[in-house]
Amino acid sequence: MTTEVGSETEVKKEPEKEKGEEPAPTADAQPTDSPAPEQENQEVAAPSENTTPEAPEATTPEKKKEEEKEKEGPVKEKGISRFLPPWLKKQKSQTQVTPKEATPLETTPTDGGVATVEGEEEKAEPEQEVGEASPPVEPPVENQEVNGVEVEEREEVKSEEGEKEESHSTGSADTQPAKEEKEECVEKGAEESKPPEEGEREKEEEAKEEKKEEDKSCKPEGHSILKSPLKLTKKMKVAMCHVMMLDGTKFPCEVEKRAKGQILFFKVCEHLNLLEKDYFGLSYRDNADQKCWLDPTKEIKRQIRNNNWQFSFNVKFYPPDPSQLTEDITRYLLCLQLREDISSGRLPCSFVTHALLGSYSLQAELGDHDSDESRPPDYVSDFTFGSAQGKEMEEKVVELHKSHRGMTPAQADAQFLENAKKLSMYGVDLHHAKDSEGVDIMLGVCSSGLLIYKDRLRINRFAWPKILKISYKRNNFYIKIRPGEMEQFESTVGFKLPSHRAAKRVWKVCVEHHTFFRLTAPEQPPKAKFLTLGSKFRYSGRTQAQSRQASSLIDRPAPYFQRTSSKRISRSLDGAPVINVTDADSGPTFSSTPGENGHDPALELNSDSKVEEAEPGAAATPTGTSEKTGQTNSAQLQSKLRVQGDNIYVRHSNLMLEDLDKTQDEVLKHQASISELKRSFMEATPEPRPSQWEKRLTASPATSLRLQGPGKTPPRTDLTLPDLKDVSKQAEVEVEETVVIQEVRKTPKLPCPTPELVVTAAVETEQPPQEVEPEVNQEAIQEVESEVNQEVNEEANPEVKEETRRASMSSESESEEEAEYHPQVEVNTSVNQIREEPEEEEREEKEDQEELKQEEQEEDQEELKQEEDQEEEKQEEQKEEEEKKEEHEVEPEPSELPEPQLPIVETDQSPAVVLASEAVPVAEEEGNTDDPMMTPEEAPNGHPHPQDPAHSEGLPGLVALEEEEVEPRVNGETERHQPQVICCSEPPVVKTEMVTISDTFAAQKTEIATKEVPIVHTETKTITYEAAQLDGGADGEPGVLMTAQTITSESLCTTTTTHITKTLKGGLSETRIEKRIVITGDSDIDHDQALAQAIKEAKEQHPDMSVTRVVVHKETELEEEGEGGEN
Amino acid sequence: MAGLMAGFGNFTHAVVRAIPSSLAKEALRTNNLDVDLAKAQLEHEVYVNVLKQKLGLEVIELPADESLPDCVFVEDAAVVCGDTALITRPGAESRRKETEAMRQALKQLDLNIVEMTDENATLDGGDVLFTGREFFVGLSKRTNQKGAEILADAFKDYAVSTVPVLGGLHLKSFCSMGGPGLIVIGSSEPAQKTLKIMQQMSDHRYDKLTVPDDIAANCIYMNLPSKGHVLLHCTPEEFPESAKVFEKLKDHMLIPVSNMEKVKVDGALTCCSVLINKTANN
Repeated sequence: MTTEVGSETEVKKEPEKEKGEEPAPTADAQPTDSPAPEQENQEVAAPSENTTPEAPEATTPEKKKEEEKEKEGPVKEKGISRFLPPWLKKQKSQTQVTPKEATPLETTPTDGGVATVEGEEEKAEPEQEVGEASPPVEPPVENQEVNGVEVEEREEVKSEEGEKEESHSTGSADTQPAKEEKEECVEKGAEESKPPEEGEREKEEEAKEEKKEEDKSCKPEGHSILKSPLKLTKKMKVAMCHVMMLDGTKFPCEVEKRAKGQILFFKVCEHLNLLEKDYFGLSYRDNADQKCWLDPTKEIKRQIRNNNWQFSFNVKFYPPDPSQLTEDITRYLLCLQLREDISSGRLPCSFVTHALLGSYSLQAELGDHDSDESRPPDYVSDFTFGSAQGKEMEEKVVELHKSHRGMTPAQADAQFLENAKKLSMYGVDLHHAKDSEGVDIMLGVCSSGLLIYKDRLRINRFAWPKILKISYKRNNFYIKIRPGEMEQFESTVGFKLPSHRAAKRVWKVCVEHHTFFRLTAPEQPPKAKFLTLGSKFRYSGRTQAQSRQASSLIDRPAPYFQRTSSKRISRSLDGAPVINVTDADSGPTFSSTPGENGHDPALELNSDSKVEEAEPGAAATPTGTSEKTGQTNSAQLQSKLRVQGDNIYVRHSNLMLEDLDKTQDEVLKHQASISELKRSFMEATPEPRPSQWEKRLTASPATSLRLQGPGKTPPRTDLTLPDLKDVSKQAEVEVEETVVIQEVRKTPKLPCPTPELVVTAAVETEQPPQEVEPEVNQEAIQEVESEVNQEVNEEANPEVKEETRRASMSSESESEEEAEYHPQVEVNTSVNQIREEPEEEEREEKEDQEELKQEEQEEDQEELKQEEDQEEEKQEEQKEEEEKKEEHEVEPEPSELPEPQLPIVETDQSPAVVLASEAVPVAEEEGNTDDPMMTPEEAPNGHPHPQDPAHSEGLPGLVALEEEEVEPRVNGETERHQPQVICCSEPPVVKTEMVTISDTFAAQKTEIATKEVPIVHTETKTITYEAAQLDGGADGEPGVLMTAQTITSESLCTTTTTHITKTLKGGLSETRIEKRIVITGDSDIDHDQALAQAIKEAKEQHPDMSVTRVVVHKETELEEEGEGGEN
Repeated sequence: MAGLMAGFGNFTHAVVRAIPSSLAKEALRTNNLDVDLAKAQLEHEVYVNVLKQKLGLEVIELPADESLPDCVFVEDAAVVCGDTALITRPGAESRRKETEAMRQALKQLDLNIVEMTDENATLDGGDVLFTGREFFVGLSKRTNQKGAEILADAFKDYAVSTVPVLGGLHLKSFCSMGGPGLIVIGSSEPAQKTLKIMQQMSDHRYDKLTVPDDIAANCIYMNLPSKGHVLLHCTPEEFPESAKVFEKLKDHMLIPVSNMEKVKVDGALTCCSVLINKTANN
């Protein structure tokens, strides 16, 4: 609410401010002056979009806050919105829920012209913009919730999520539909009304995309009726979806036009009475008739360009062991999918196997073979499965069917699956491609990794552990391979896909499969959560492990469902698409008895992260986790193990990143033909290297960051520049969200009664403007830093130490334990482990960050459709890289207190630059734990950061540098003292808002947070939550970087960096865990959710610690100058 | 009812072929070694008797063909898995006609016969390693990519991965299956490299049993209902060190089989028979 109001008022002011961006003082002042809660609300609220709609529940505190916010809101908002052009502000007010949108708008004015060209990827973007422009109607509930959560502290976090969801639902339902209507019907008008720049953009893009969509949507699919009246009344628009079910029936379903994919998916699952839904998904056909997965976290409308609202319910992740599925209905659906797969030829199998599977299907559907021949002898011919195979097959099927006498349907299905799962192509998602030599091959993505086929032959296989990086650029898809035992160098293999979209599709599938299957370890449930937060693009749902865990909680009588007569499907087997065969009108075969089944919402297996949190499994106690982790390390690792899991994830995520610095040609050069790869695996290259790390670092732009830490002075941001260029060309805006969670533990070495573990969770979310908007080059970055201090009992401490030691040991010996894995990637290291290996971790962090950047770049690159520009880009990129290298951290941040300040500068290659510097809570003192500041040299404001040296020393500081080419950036500074938070924005910060919420539950608290972010053309929001901290550790060991995790999706990158600092004060050892989560993406980021999750996870991971500080820092960068020049 | 990919090593039938006298002089060989025909024939008799008498397999003995000096090595002429038999197109021109008799024999066993008619394709059964879960096809002088593709088409249930044969005549000149999930591998560098490739290419995990002598790594594993794990392997006389390694397999019924003469013409244990399971999935 407040935000909206504020936004409007702000809108007017904002444009002016933008002009006056340079004068930082206002921005600086804001953070200090304005109470944190308000700002937080705004920022947080925006992220809520992601949350699934639920009944809105406003907590009283939140309401109060809201009211306050409303009052104050306008003023504070001004701070943020100042810089935004009026229309943008309006959008924000309306769409605060959707921060992404707002950001793009902001950017649009400056960059819009350039960006417009490439908007194709993002379908709905233009529409959103328009909608945003329309009068804001959304309830401010979300914002309030966020604030309330933060303020109220940990416990509420969970509730917050729910609230967010609720708010989101309300917002989406009411406002969004209206927007849509406006957009669609009034788009043109809106465009006109809009600022000329936007109008142009929209016209171009929208004209192409939206018009098509609209036309299609408007076309009579049975929905037209609804639409017209709705439009008139401005009510919610409803789209009629037709979902082809696995049994060949069509399930008609109405959803809001603005509804996200998961809404429809959940409806379908509800219709099916399916709880174990994580293995399934909805697919649609794009314009090229390629099968695409509906992203549950994105609006349906934005994904389906052709707008025919035709979907297919399919198995997305084929469980390697179907017997581990909990419910028969799930297995049945899997059977149906496999039947279709076999019938269509996607899943090849031999005649005998086909017959065997068919016989099980018969047994499941028809029961025992009727020996008395009451059934017509040709009954099998009606049976879909074998009919296509002819008489011989039928006879075989019948023969086998007879042998299954007495087998129950469930048993028959189980047998079906037990055989089908052994087929070599089971669960392999094939994609056409060419190798570096132009030879036609197939890329097969499966649960275990990436398979390479030439014709029917498997010619190579890259298990997930073997893959360091997965990326795509334009039509190319790359995987970076971990060097073999004997090899010293990692190699990159490139494949040529038929189109950019195909390359992206493969990449997505890889990321999703990796996430779902590779991150299965129950130890890592937190990761999944993070993932959920960060990337919509990704499989935001549960991992397989989580799904299993959740499904183990299913406590309902086996739902009744009717197995479809295979006859219906039989025709489809012949090759005709199933959809065509079945009549649309045919009702769903499955009889769902939801009420009877006793759907327990809690038990529901939702892919939503929120739901997960609610799950008991999610809040696994350290002990619980330990069991799982026992595999690699001692069981004791426990909660920390989770963090490790994150690391793994990050590493893998790194894998997903692309080398921006390399031009295609270079990459191609590096590429080895498959045969070469084989050889390489076997052969070791004798070249002496300093270390694998170094190699990696050097090899990939991301690694540059690392180099700094270890004392090397590699160019950090090489990657960024090229990306930026790409971005501008592409016109797509990348959004980065960074969530940093800093956890600090204080553990009394001596037997002190009150050892405190301080967990600081810093969540930084950076949101660049919406991905979708090609028009704008802006990036909005939001950083949320939450510090959680948890007190740990002495008892716990020893364990923790041990754990850490072990972890460290394990990490060190990672290579041995997990030969295949990249040590960084796979190491399951508890947070504690990190301390021993600070340098590596730092490197990792750097890498991760870099990777994130790379990802952004990649995305940008992906979107580049102009081939002509490519070469130029490359050149530019190189230049940029060089520049960036020079730019490395140099910012001096004045730290009032001796305590370490964590200036975090994030440089993304993407146009948007995000600089977040965080002051480290008291515990962090001595800068041990602080994140090294990375400031671009370019930044005029840049204060030489005293800590920089420390950083180089190996401090676990998280540094995310997003820098734009040459543009100076404004630094946002925040300083804290004890319970009281002092925010000082010294440098000329153009757009920086700091919101600090201080929690003084602990009287003893001395923290000074200093944030100086030299950001130019950058808008920064910072929300800080501080809990009172006991004391500042006198002796600070250099912080140890525990984990760095990067999750990359096409649109979003989430990097989690964990610093652990242990300090001895008197008899107390204080462990401070600082987590920084950086979410970078071009799509919507739910800050609220991110923050809430960060806090929640921090609590869960370190129940014995307290959260002392949460800082949300959002930065949106407006790119103007640089891009133009490049273009 | 045995499910898919069950019963690895369970065989009921074997096809063998007698040694023609032309083998001594005309059989292809990589080394210029003189073969004692009589010894070779005696050796082969023992071999067949083991299959027939000791293991109780139903052995189909094809008559020798003097025009086909290498015809005793029936393995190269066909690949049988389940109820499907792929008649190969041997890489050596002189051996192409060996498939004719094999085809007839397999037809009589009521197997589904798949022909390799593509004239660009060559495949020797000795380059085909079936692990129970998948195929590895060695790309060698005798086997090419096209041949492997046809094999993949013939056995659609299974993954078919190609691996380079860096040393030796055939893939199975230095490796074979010693049990479910157990690959017996020679210790030579090429053999070890090939093993690593196979391990990397596979979704399944394989244990390895390394024997000092590459050729000794060629053994015959069976899992017979009445015998349990059976392993026909080299004799201590031939490869004492390798034989010791086999002797460590406590769960196997170990049957040393001499192959001294046939090895001179690159014949290994597996080369001399085509094993068939007529009960699987039938």
